[in-house]
Amino acid sequence: MSRMAATRDGYGQALLDLASNQKVVVLEADLGKSTKSLHFRKEYPERTVSCGIGEQNMLLTAAGLASSGYIPFASTFAIFTERAFEQMRNGVARPNLAVHLCGSHGGTHTGTDGSSAQSIEDLAIFRTLPNVIVLHPSDDVSTRVLTNQLAEMNQPSYTRTARNKTPVLYDGREEEVIIGKGITLKEGNDVAIIACGVMVSEAMKAAEQLAENGVAATVVDMHTIKPLDVQLVHKLAQSCGAIVTAEDHNIIGGLGGAVSEYLSSNIPIPLERVGVNDRFGESGQADEMLELMEISSPYIAEAALRAINRKK
Amino acid sequence: MSMSTSELKEIARKCRVEIVKMVYRAQAGHPGGSLSEIDLISALYGNYLRVKPNEPNWDDRDRFILSKGHASPGMYAILAEMGFISKEDLESYRVLGGICQGHVDMKWCPGVDFSAGSLGMGLSFGMGCAIAGRLSGSERNIFVMLGDGEIQEGSIWEAAMAAKHHELGNLKVILDRNRIQNDDFCVTQMRMFDIPAKWQSFGWDVMEIDGHDMDDVVRGLDFLVNNNDNPAILIANTIKGKGVSFMEDNPAFHGAAPNDEQFKLAMNELGEVMS
Repeated sequence: MSRMAATRDGYGQALLDLASNQKVVVLEADLGKSTKSLHFRKEYPERTVSCGIGEQNMLLTAAGLASSGYIPFASTFAIFTERAFEQMRNGVARPNLAVHLCGSHGGTHTGTDGSSAQSIEDLAIFRTLPNVIVLHPSDDVSTRVLTNQLAEMNQPSYTRTARNKTPVLYDGREEEVIIGKGITLKEGNDVAIIACGVMVSEAMKAAEQLAENGVAATVVDMHTIKPLDVQLVHKLAQSCGAIVTAEDHNIIGGLGGAVSEYLSSNIPIPLERVGVNDRFGESGQADEMLELMEISSPYIAEAALRAINRKK
Repeated sequence: MSMSTSELKEIARKCRVEIVKMVYRAQAGHPGGSLSEIDLISALYGNYLRVKPNEPNWDDRDRFILSKGHASPGMYAILAEMGFISKEDLESYRVLGGICQGHVDMKWCPGVDFSAGSLGMGLSFGMGCAIAGRLSGSERNIFVMLGDGEIQEGSIWEAAMAAKHHELGNLKVILDRNRIQNDDFCVTQMRMFDIPAKWQSFGWDVMEIDGHDMDDVVRGLDFLVNNNDNPAILIANTIKGKGVSFMEDNPAFHGAAPNDEQFKLAMNELGEVMS
């Protein structure tokens, strides 16, 4: 049994890693216990800015800090980052200030809080902003590595983390994790499954189910939604001829949207998008939500067979 | 070396001329709020703001954040007057590729510290600059200019509460209270009742002045820079369009350009000899 962990814990650990850089500051909006910035706050209160329950103010305070030479990491729930979308757009992305925003508890996987807390549009909306890197890592190790790498980037970012634990994939494989580079976890030539976040382990399960039926699937962890690793997508399109995307996000505009935009313009091949089918969620356990939303591993496997059948 | 009030007044007069010229040339823009703020901005740049026009990105400069970023002609005029940009640069106002973008933009224009244009954002940004100043052990001041219509934005009050929570005594706000916003007089759009009391109740130090009486403006800015225990706000009662008779207190000139005839009249009233 592999180790289980939540990506938000990787974020909290990364902030501690980064603390030796005196320019790193952390901003919270009363959810540090949840997003895991609390560990940094405990050790470095003088470099932690509490913004109360005020996300709009938090984003622009971070922008002011970035304009003055600091490296701000601000976090709240994914859903509440959306409340500060225009601040992110006009105050951060437009002047290209390196503010790093983390939205935890993203997706329906967040569970029993229900639909008000289940952001299914964050990846889509932040992906539309020029200059902004968009990440959605799959485990705590990759979250930690990617968050550390962000501190070196001279542009803003949005990272979605998840509330609940999923299998850890990258213990001892930290060097494979690089912003902008998809990670191939399994290789097969019949179909490629490109997944992000909590759906990566579902994609791995789907690949096992497909293998039992004699179908060989490639599985890619596309932790960077923007800039999309289009070289890898192109290569997969050539080698497999059919692609499935899998995300705990609306099928509109997220990973599936990004991949389909590339494929339709460059190398049109059958694509099936597994994601939340343009509907809101409800209260339920994480695994129940994946079933309800029809995005768990059997649905990915079915989508893979559909994609394969569509090959000419 | 401090300028006299008559010298500051002359700077403001010259800026008013450039404001009207910019908006006239572009046949677009926001003269009203530029003319209401300009006495305050002239005194601030003339005697208070620690900046280096030949080194606009000097790390330890005071910041001036024009949160009401549509009133950009006022800021461009003072930047040209101080030597951050040239008089010729003012001709690029609202022109494709020009450094004088419609709303002040830190990526385009030297001396601009904040990319404005969306109201309610500058105070939070200034708060970040103020925290950065404190973390750096710097004594630099952060000045933020807000419009009175702008404080209808809820995010202003998030920032007002947070600035006091963090005891940002280096954060200084100038409120250009010209009583007019885009559509009409503020009182018709959203009544704000006792504005000084609101800021006081958020823990700010407050002073109210006449924003066109240069002696009063100097007293007000002295209050801001000498008051470092609390965040402080100078509420400057101003007249929108001040200095151009037909623009004064006229909501029509919030965001409208003068025609040829009005332009000549304005230049005449501002004491500008036309060739």
